[in-house]
Amino acid sequence: MEFLSYLISGISLGSVYAIIALGYTMVYGIAKMLNFAHGDVIMVGGYMSFCAMMYLGVNKWLSILIAMAVCTLLGILIEAFAYRPLRRATSLAVLITAIGVSYLLQNSALLIWSSNPKVFPSVVSGTLNAGGLSVSYVSLFTVAACIVIMVALSLFISKTKIGKAMRACSEDKDAARLMGINVNFTISVTFAIGSALAAIAGVLLCSSYPTLTPTTGAMPGIKAFTAAVFGGIGSIPGAFLGGILLGIIESFAKAYISTQLSNSIVFAVLIVVLLVRPAGLLGKKITEKV
Amino acid sequence: MNKKTKMVEVPSHAIIPERDLDKSPILEISHLGIDFGGLTAVDDFSITVGRTEICGLIGPNGAGKTTVFNLLTNVYTPTRGAIILDGKSTAGKSTAQVNRMGIARTFQNIRLFSNMSVIDNVKVGMHNSIKEGFVSSIFHGMGYFKAEKAAAERALELLDFFGMTDVANDEAGSLPYGAQRRLEIVRALATNPGIILLDEPAAGMNPSETAELMENIRRIRDTFQIAVMLIEHDMNLVMGVCEGICVLNYGKIIAKGTPEEIKANPTVIEAYLGKRKEA
Amino acid sequence: MSNKKNTAMTFGSHVKELAKSDFITYGVVIAAFIIVSIFSSSGLLGRKAAGLLVPVCCYIVMALSLNLTVGIMGELSLGHAGFMSVGAFSGVIASMLLGEVIDNNVIRLAVAILVGAFFAAIVGFLIGIPVLRLRGDYLAIVTLAFGEIIKDLINCLVVGIDKNGLHIIFNFKGDKSAADLNLAEGGKAIIKGAQGATGTDKIATFAAGFVLILIALFIIQSLVRSRVGRAIIACRDNRIAAESVGIDVMKYKMFAFVLSAAIAGSAGALYGANYSNLVATKFDFNTSILILVFVVLGGLGNMLGSVIAATVLYILPEALREFANYRMLIYAIVLILVMILTNNPRLVALREKLFSKVSSVFKKGKKKSESEGGK
Repeated sequence: MEFLSYLISGISLGSVYAIIALGYTMVYGIAKMLNFAHGDVIMVGGYMSFCAMMYLGVNKWLSILIAMAVCTLLGILIEAFAYRPLRRATSLAVLITAIGVSYLLQNSALLIWSSNPKVFPSVVSGTLNAGGLSVSYVSLFTVAACIVIMVALSLFISKTKIGKAMRACSEDKDAARLMGINVNFTISVTFAIGSALAAIAGVLLCSSYPTLTPTTGAMPGIKAFTAAVFGGIGSIPGAFLGGILLGIIESFAKAYISTQLSNSIVFAVLIVVLLVRPAGLLGKKITEKV
Repeated sequence: MNKKTKMVEVPSHAIIPERDLDKSPILEISHLGIDFGGLTAVDDFSITVGRTEICGLIGPNGAGKTTVFNLLTNVYTPTRGAIILDGKSTAGKSTAQVNRMGIARTFQNIRLFSNMSVIDNVKVGMHNSIKEGFVSSIFHGMGYFKAEKAAAERALELLDFFGMTDVANDEAGSLPYGAQRRLEIVRALATNPGIILLDEPAAGMNPSETAELMENIRRIRDTFQIAVMLIEHDMNLVMGVCEGICVLNYGKIIAKGTPEEIKANPTVIEAYLGKRKEA
Repeated sequence: MSNKKNTAMTFGSHVKELAKSDFITYGVVIAAFIIVSIFSSSGLLGRKAAGLLVPVCCYIVMALSLNLTVGIMGELSLGHAGFMSVGAFSGVIASMLLGEVIDNNVIRLAVAILVGAFFAAIVGFLIGIPVLRLRGDYLAIVTLAFGEIIKDLINCLVVGIDKNGLHIIFNFKGDKSAADLNLAEGGKAIIKGAQGATGTDKIATFAAGFVLILIALFIIQSLVRSRVGRAIIACRDNRIAAESVGIDVMKYKMFAFVLSAAIAGSAGALYGANYSNLVATKFDFNTSILILVFVVLGGLGNMLGSVIAATVLYILPEALREFANYRMLIYAIVLILVMILTNNPRLVALREKLFSKVSSVFKKGKKKSESEGGK
């Protein structure tokens, strides 16, 4: 029973990672950049939902929509002002800029909301008790949300016109442009979707772990990135699988091995996986043509 | 035929020029083949190359010519067959080890160290002949200065061979296309090979440059006394400079022989031009 | 052939040219040291500024070390603070062990730095085995992972000394403390798990930092001009071509990586010797990123650039302390703007156009004299 409850909390945590990792992987797939500011968008999402509930007194569900709207706009703005001018620059230059954006978001949050942690009211409360097993509703809700998002995103990417444009851009931007695809618009849409997902992840994360500070997003961001690499960066099912597995590993490591070393164990598993499969679990191996 | 053959039975189907006949061949390839997940890219490739032979590897696009070069340099691991270089098998060796054993090459899409100077590109080619260890690379003693001076002199000598001394300190990436191709050859020669593989050395060159290249290929053979194996689509160059030619189509050898024999070979003509209806 | 004369001339001028850029770097560092020393001995330097001197030196050495990995070897490392951490804690242990035996603080510090470099090199080698098999972003994420693992492991470390020697336990479960070391009477706990190292001797000096910078510069700049350095750069520029001319890519990448780790370890040891207490969480992902920012803004492969960028960017936030919370915001905005201004092709072209207009007058005169000198 104990095992089962750890498993469920692991899957729930993993679902949050998976949602963040989906955003990471989409942006990486299309812009080929490590968007280190992605984790901080989660934090912004959390604060937005918190403020909407506390200061505007809106309904919980509406607060999620507000957070999504703000983060979508934020994602588009970050892309337009910080990353678009560097479309042809080296990946290292873009990486440093992303780090700058991350500092900017964290320190803006610090100025606005101070470093005192806010206690986030969970969007779903209560626990389900079934046969000696107690599971919080928020865990179940998180898992359900993750599955819905994953399915919706897969359909969006494979069926819609803009989804196809995204896949084309991630293969070859110049060829996509020649085919009449508006590359800048496509990348903006990708950032918008990724950021909206980050907002949802922020609300879900804060519902499970209710302390909200300006650095709340940093570690989940790094771990979600790890999850994306774990599953094979650029691959949507990979991000999902990587996120869930990472959550389970972390939950078990905390329960059975060591709380202090749980992050290390997660990273160690990543290293082992990359040694066996250098492009992640579901990633495509790219060999250089000689 | 047994596809798992690992041993060389006989130096197969020699196309060695007469002057090399009394010497052991530099390269003996027997039944070489590679599959890429079910697809056979090269199969049953057997040739022998003499000590100072200039031999050509021709064939239509996608015939597997560059794959043969990648197999010879162990960039790809052969699925079957054996490569005997100067009497020693190259099986299980790394690309770097194969180079040290005596195979140097150039690339179809130029691969220079483009941020380094021209002379440094050549010095990198001389890597294994410069006597300078890890310690003296940090604490520059007398040995370092002696080794560096000798290296610079040798590098300039090699560059002089192609008339490139005046660009020695230029950045390699800033050279014009033809000069970059020449530099790649110099860098390959700097490794002291027994055989040099040239992958489309005349690609993108005009007729006068090609004529100069033909001359240079002969000079390389005469000066360094090494074998040259080249892939080329320019038939004037191939027919003009090669002593033995091997024609590849769909990964298989369809003809071997002297330029005259190849020119007259109906299978080769068919591979290049298609089947004649009235024939 | 007339190339004998040509050879000697080109070789001579080549060496001269290279030596010139190297000596400018040494000159700038030495001049800066002399000026700062004069300021500090005449009491012009405030207490706060004087306290920054050693950390600045440490971060300069860190930037040089990371520039070796990122700029010269061409692989992105996001966990470089891990090596600094290994160096800092092994250095602290060494210096405390020696405290009983050696009175001379200079020798103690030198030994601590060597020990720090040695252990960081070992860790670098062990990490290098898996890391260097990977490429690009995958390699980067694994260095990040190792950096976090090192941080967590050191966070579990409990170390003490007594007359029987060194006592080490790992506090994996979070249930052990310095009391579990069972130290004999007169023994002392040096590292107390998450509390870190406490009560250690402050033996670092600015002069030592200066010497360490010079040594790091010397090692890296000499390396670049050697056969091994050329091989490392060749592997960066074109791995396949490097293999094709007989270079064992793994061997040279590993050498560069271990050397870089050792230099980072020495910087860490100096850093550790500058404080009486030290926690492992100081050397986290953010510190790795901070050093990476120094390297990228200073210019990849540009050692003088790393020295200047590390100095300016380390002092800047400290100098802006009066702006309290705004300082990091300003830092972030400056960082983004600088990256865009220096990397956007259109802006770079615009800047060069403006620059060439301004300097065209100067250049005309210079070119003339150069071409005359060349003849």
